[in-house]
Amino acid sequence: MAELNQDSGKGNKGGKVRAKKAGGKVDLTAMVDLAFLLITFFMLTTSLNTPQAMDVAMPDKNKMDQNDNLEIADNRSITLLLGSDNKISWYYGQLAKPIYPPTTIDYGKEGIRQVLLRMQKEVPQRAGGKDLIVVIRPSEKSVQRNLVDVLDEMRIVDVKRYMISKINSDEIEVLKSEGLFND
Amino acid sequence: MGKAKVKRASTSIDMTAMCDVSFLLLTFFVLTATARQPEVLVVDTPQSSSPEKLPDDGLGIISVANGKIFFGMKNPNVRELTLKNISQKYSVNFSAEEYEKFKQLEEFGVPVRNLRQLLSLPNDQRTESIQPGIPVDSTETNSNELYSWVQEARRATIEFNRSREGEKGYVDPGPMKVAIKADAEEKYPAINLIIETLRNQKQNKFSFVTGLRQDN
Repeated sequence: MAELNQDSGKGNKGGKVRAKKAGGKVDLTAMVDLAFLLITFFMLTTSLNTPQAMDVAMPDKNKMDQNDNLEIADNRSITLLLGSDNKISWYYGQLAKPIYPPTTIDYGKEGIRQVLLRMQKEVPQRAGGKDLIVVIRPSEKSVQRNLVDVLDEMRIVDVKRYMISKINSDEIEVLKSEGLFND
Repeated sequence: MGKAKVKRASTSIDMTAMCDVSFLLLTFFVLTATARQPEVLVVDTPQSSSPEKLPDDGLGIISVANGKIFFGMKNPNVRELTLKNISQKYSVNFSAEEYEKFKQLEEFGVPVRNLRQLLSLPNDQRTESIQPGIPVDSTETNSNELYSWVQEARRATIEFNRSREGEKGYVDPGPMKVAIKADAEEKYPAINLIIETLRNQKQNKFSFVTGLRQDN
């Protein structure tokens, strides 16, 4: 038992009146409460501290031929141009003769995800059952958050084929005309 | 008279043992939680809902923030082997004491020629402001120091894994993984330079380090 035994045996030399012994039990409830609160806190912070990893795989680089670009069917691919101000411009098909011309949209649930979900249904119908290919082209004005957000959408929507590739000057012009190329 | 008084059981419970156990656990968690050292380069990573966790070992982390690139390896033995390889490649010699200090170094952001100077400083003076970042460019030569660091770290990991092959119950953890820990506001060209550096040495797979997004 938690008792505080005050040893007062030696103190009564001069026949003094003995001080009344204080109650021996200490209430530990509050102390235990506090200890468990802290335990919970430290347990949660230690396990939540490890950061998440988002795996990315890039294609093998062809050093012999820098212009070795993979040909993909026009009606299978949509291209996302990541511009400034947290906005995306996307188009379907080839930029020169697009099936859907470039349109500006936002990131997130209401923006890019709706487009991806729609195209995921539409592309197999147009391309004879073949699934959607998404080409991600970050411009130099986009930031890391944009890239991670787009890759995250790929995972959420479950796009099987996507790639990160280099933006070209025509596409930069598109971003400029849509006002998505600001610092 | 003669009515028997009902004996009431005491309502107080002895909490000593419970208190002991909880404080033991508390001590354990406090000690394990503070073992992590504060990072030199503060990186505010973007958020994702990726369920994967970053591995604890066999990992090289490239941190990018404010246009500066830092590099760090998780395993102290790999750090030592890497520094040996780098020392040969760049003809900079390090003393045994400096190797020992480098083994304790979580991450750094200085060119190889300034590394000795950094190691000579005490721990609390190795701040971000005196470290200009590791030089990186689009080449594969010695001027692209990040390329060398990643390459030598990968070699060192293989070397280290091979040296442990004879040990009992040893499972090969595989080659070193590379993670890019970039600030959410870092512009894409800086990231692209790192990705290209990795691709040039056929390190086509890597991870972006992110925080956990709560809502979708």
